[in-house]
Amino acid sequence: MLTLKQSRRLQSLIIGALAWAIAAVIFFPIFWMVLTSLKTEIDAFATPPQFIFTPTLENYLHINERSDYFAFAWNSVLISVSATLLCMCLAVPAAYSMAFFETRHTKRTLLWMLSTKMLPPVGVLVPIYLLAKQFGLLDSRLALIIIYTLINLPIIVWMVYTYFKDIPVDILEAARLDGATTWQEIVRVLLPIARGGLASTMLLSLILCWNEAFWSLNLTSSAAAPLTALVASYSSPEGLFWAKLSAVSTLACAPILIFGWISQKQLVRGLSFGAVK
Amino acid sequence: MADLKIRNLQKGFDGTAIIKGVDLDIRDREFVVFVGPSGCGKSTLLRLIAGLEEVSSGHIELDGQDITDMAPARRDLAMVFQTYALYPHMTVRKNLSFALDLARVGKQEIEAKVANAARILQLDALLERKPKQLSGGQRQRVAIGRAIVRNPKIFLFDEPLSNLDAALRVQTRLELARLHKDLQATMIYVTHDQVEAMTLADKVVVLNGGRVEQVGSPLELYHHPANLFVAGFLGTPKMGFLRGTLNRVEADNCDVQLECGTHLTLPLSAAGLSVGSTVTLGVRPEHLNVVSTGNGRMQVTADVSERLGSDTFCHVSCASGEMLTVRVRGDFAPRYGDTLTLDFDTAHCHLFDADGQAVAKPLQQAA
Repeated sequence: MLTLKQSRRLQSLIIGALAWAIAAVIFFPIFWMVLTSLKTEIDAFATPPQFIFTPTLENYLHINERSDYFAFAWNSVLISVSATLLCMCLAVPAAYSMAFFETRHTKRTLLWMLSTKMLPPVGVLVPIYLLAKQFGLLDSRLALIIIYTLINLPIIVWMVYTYFKDIPVDILEAARLDGATTWQEIVRVLLPIARGGLASTMLLSLILCWNEAFWSLNLTSSAAAPLTALVASYSSPEGLFWAKLSAVSTLACAPILIFGWISQKQLVRGLSFGAVK
Repeated sequence: MADLKIRNLQKGFDGTAIIKGVDLDIRDREFVVFVGPSGCGKSTLLRLIAGLEEVSSGHIELDGQDITDMAPARRDLAMVFQTYALYPHMTVRKNLSFALDLARVGKQEIEAKVANAARILQLDALLERKPKQLSGGQRQRVAIGRAIVRNPKIFLFDEPLSNLDAALRVQTRLELARLHKDLQATMIYVTHDQVEAMTLADKVVVLNGGRVEQVGSPLELYHHPANLFVAGFLGTPKMGFLRGTLNRVEADNCDVQLECGTHLTLPLSAAGLSVGSTVTLGVRPEHLNVVSTGNGRMQVTADVSERLGSDTFCHVSCASGEMLTVRVRGDFAPRYGDTLTLDFDTAHCHLFDADGQAVAKPLQQAA
């Protein structure tokens, strides 16, 4: 028979091992991508897959020669950041009114907003393509900024709404009685209190924009093409180059991965904001 | 100056009336307590005064100016919330100065006012701390300080002591009473705790079901409750009630036959009532005496007793099944099920008609 202490230890050991196993499964594709990017094309295609090989940077050099990585990366940064900021500017007032001035229709409005996410993007591809063409926005960053803002808005409003809901309305009423205007109430009281949640929402929005491929592939070609378009250009009709594709994917993921790593603390705090209150 | 007039104030939420026509006058420097059971509308009434809820109909006037539809920020009122509602991201100093900062008050003046409030509430050592680093009592003081620095026309308190432990509640209650004397400010205080109402108020407003039941000084309400609700609500332990019938009505006294079998002559003028009408007798625990058998007027059975050292509250049941509480000075411990004999202090008994309204009581009988 195990004592209570021993069984607790065993339990935490099993949970620990499980957590590590799940983390390894989640991390494996990224690990494999980086590994493949350091192989030659022949090694990359080898069966069974090789774990031991002579690493090479030739794929990265090739990418650098073939295309201007930084131009694509700059487009990604510009589009993701702008779309995220624009999205927050719209989401904060919307979530504020829904969280603190709830009406009979608030819940339905929220559900309706989310239901727009259920529509397959391809269903509106033609109208949006034609609209972009009509307004001369094909292959422009502005088109992607507008579209990313709109497609992420429902989820961002939901997230901000959830964080705002956790804030006692008394605090805002106290500010109102202290003489704050609506603007001051939001900027000086609400936003600083919700900053953890807002930061994680912004990070999520950045990631969603950064990784979006459907619209960037359909609406851009060169001038406004972000990193997702660069990655796609490596799966070309001439053949599939696993090693080069892995290298370009690694380069595409790296910035957002590093950014996510740096803001990890903020993100975890934001995501657990409601849970541990 | 801060004279508040409330006229026929009504408020409903989704078709349900919460405040059903309240008329009230609050004079300058008065400490007014709104008291009543949960859901009686006392907090809503306070929020209507603060401007945090929209009025459905009626008027609120402050110093002759109609503030019914004025934004909360412009009413010059300060409120202390039940949850304290401190700004969690600001230090105590910033919490205190926030309102002055918004009003663009000069830096030196802000510092002086914050220092003054901190001195009054002994917050000097805590000014650089964040709210989460403070205890419940300290947070409460910061919340009060936030109101003080603004020097508002009226202080509004929404159950400010209900989140404190019993000892701190008593202490803070005394501090609030002292603060009212020092600041000479008009204060409106909402509570469901009738001890707070009795000890703090110059004027108590008893609310029930969205209506004002009675307004008056604490002792006026205690000795002259206007109806059964007020009589039963104020006083701990509460007043005991016995059903009965009027047997005889004279100009200055009347006879009541109680259902439990006792017959009493009360020095009360029940002129408006006729012989045979149903009445309710109300008697407070301190106006009942346990006497030796033979001298009493009513036999009762002892239920449980609460022995507090200084007093004992004996709960007893009458022949009719009605329960009464008797206050006995000092220690007294009847056995459960013992028969006791009670005498009534008839001069302090209350009589209510079938509608629960008090039968007029000569004023000289007030304690």
